[in-house]
Amino acid sequence: MRHIISILMENEAGALSRVVGLFSQRNFNIESLNVAPTEDPTLSRLTLTTIGSDQVIEQITKQLNKLVDVVKLVDLTEGVHVERELMLVKVKAVGAQRAEVKRTTDIFRGQIVDVTNTMYTVQMVGDNEKLDAFIQALGVNGILEVVRTGVSGISRGEKVLSL
Amino acid sequence: MELLSGADMLVRSLQDEGVEYIYGYPGGSALHIYDAIFRQDKVKHILVRHEQAAAHMADGYARASGKPGVVLVTSGPGATNTVTGIATAYMDSIPMVVLCGQVMSHLIGEDAFQETDMIGVSRPVVKHSFSVKHPSEIPAVIKKAFYIASTGRPGPVVVDIPKDMTAPTDRFEYEYPKKVKIRSYNPVVRGHTGQIKKAVEMMLKAKRPILYAGGGVILGKAASQFTELAKKLGFPVTSSLMGIGAYPQTDKQSIGWLGMHGSYEANMTMHHSDLIVCIGARFDDRATNNTSKFCPTAKIIHVDIDPASISKTVRADVPIVGPVDSVLNEMLELLAQAKTSPNTDALADWWKQINDWRASHSVLYTAEEDRPIKPQQAVEAMWRVTGGDAYVVTDVGRHQMFAAQYYKFDKPNRWITSGGLGTMGFGFPAAMGIKLNYPDNDVALVTGEGSFQMMMQELSTCSQFGIPVKIINLNNQSLGMVRQWQDLNYQERHSQSCMQSLPDFKMLIESYGHVALKVEKIEDLEPTLEKAFAMKDKLVFVDVMVDPKEHVYPMQIPQGSMRDMLLSKTERT
Repeated sequence: MRHIISILMENEAGALSRVVGLFSQRNFNIESLNVAPTEDPTLSRLTLTTIGSDQVIEQITKQLNKLVDVVKLVDLTEGVHVERELMLVKVKAVGAQRAEVKRTTDIFRGQIVDVTNTMYTVQMVGDNEKLDAFIQALGVNGILEVVRTGVSGISRGEKVLSL
Repeated sequence: MELLSGADMLVRSLQDEGVEYIYGYPGGSALHIYDAIFRQDKVKHILVRHEQAAAHMADGYARASGKPGVVLVTSGPGATNTVTGIATAYMDSIPMVVLCGQVMSHLIGEDAFQETDMIGVSRPVVKHSFSVKHPSEIPAVIKKAFYIASTGRPGPVVVDIPKDMTAPTDRFEYEYPKKVKIRSYNPVVRGHTGQIKKAVEMMLKAKRPILYAGGGVILGKAASQFTELAKKLGFPVTSSLMGIGAYPQTDKQSIGWLGMHGSYEANMTMHHSDLIVCIGARFDDRATNNTSKFCPTAKIIHVDIDPASISKTVRADVPIVGPVDSVLNEMLELLAQAKTSPNTDALADWWKQINDWRASHSVLYTAEEDRPIKPQQAVEAMWRVTGGDAYVVTDVGRHQMFAAQYYKFDKPNRWITSGGLGTMGFGFPAAMGIKLNYPDNDVALVTGEGSFQMMMQELSTCSQFGIPVKIINLNNQSLGMVRQWQDLNYQERHSQSCMQSLPDFKMLIESYGHVALKVEKIEDLEPTLEKAFAMKDKLVFVDVMVDPKEHVYPMQIPQGSMRDMLLSKTERT
């Protein structure tokens, strides 16, 4: 099953490589990963998605918790949560395609953030499935380039991951 | 307050940490530090002949004393040469602090002379690592390094120190921190009381229980509590290879250690048990055999300080995360207050069965007249000669298993072996590290020609610093364990497992000023060992010519259960 693990860790050199290294060292999966400092500059928030059985996920969280740089972590998929990913797509837009791409973008509630007379760059925010669906709707032939940030997430309600 | 350079602060920090010996090898990036060592006499430096030996020496000391061993090396090759030693310590959870020189900060990343990303290279085999960014943080970094290495589940910590951090011209106020607090590192201090209660209830009800000690009992300094618990309960006691010495092996409740080459009765008892009480072991593949066939009728209580060791390979029914000494103390208190006592009728039946197993396969080798010495005989003779009280250090291979099977350990921290990583070459330097710190004790290295030749350059270090270890070389003129597998699985095709040009060990050892003895006949064995151990101030190498065809048994059959064993070349369970 797919899990979103969100980690609060020391914003220090080498911390990221320890987290990433753990996954390859212990043969765990990483589907996506993103990391940036938080409102407290000494802390970084890292979010990753991984796939594994309950036993594997238990090992992943235990092993991550053992890393000295990891302050706290939470498996967001254990509770209700909000999950978002941002995607930028550069897509061919000439002739009849131009209107079609615009229409599809509107339907998915995306925005066109850059334009030339042969292409559009579309920005799309949503969960994993929505972004996949948008790519499918465009069709691979028209797509020139895709950039995705990887999943970010946060728990719903009062629950917070902080010091 | 005193103003000190980074190098002086580093050495002063080691003094304040109470470090007596460090093991290392100088080089360009570490020269400021070496100069600081020269200008004081509290911290003594042992100059090895290869950096890997420095790491194993520190490791050996740590295993015997329970305190972190300290290594000092230069950047690049000096640092990378310690990696096998660091990995060895990591796999067996041994506290160690490795101080590595690094090229000047402004050269990092430019492929400078003797530059290696040591933090990156060592990352998978350290508990944590630090890179010094400013000289003034050196005392705090050293304090943290020792704290992390020696608390929780112990392990090696690397500190990477760029040369400009130790420059003699840059001086800073020195104060060694009294306390250390790391917000992201808080090892558990006690186990969950509810879980401990549940465990004690299960122990009192068990009909076919077994107590199983791992290296954690020794690392956690809890052998006396473990022994007390075993005596109170009257259960059979086994251990992992690393747990040898947690319970006196000459006691009748001890049924030997378990696993691939463990005793017949330990493996049988484990397989048929209804309750396994595991304290500080991690159920590794050499202990469990095939986990899907592992002990089908047993419930498992698993106590460990590392939550990740619990339910990693074998699912625990009652997991208890905590330091073994405090958990055992709590168990003992609960037992003292308990209204019921262990199920003595069921235990009597259980012991009858165990004693039958013990009796049926008590003899595992046959000595024949006019035949080469059996390696088992050599270990038994050494046990008698040393009164069972030596620090016994091994390398890796058949000699290691024979030493584990035939030397009976009654104390913790006396059995010193590379169990997790299985590092050939570990033994000699580890023995040196112990002898240096315990000069009045017998320190015996049981080794083989293969392993010994991987670190034999340290004979020179022993001459320089006067380290009189005793080396028992079980000489079978081959890489014994490899050969055994080739005998069993490759129709005796001995691919690259025979060493046809061994050195003349007598000439070799004597050239360094040590003593060499050779034994070829069984009647000479014990007198020669007596003679060797009587030479207290000499390194003595005893070359014992043993039967190259002798196999280690029992041997679990790969992919089988605990009870599936080969008992000799022709019998199996």
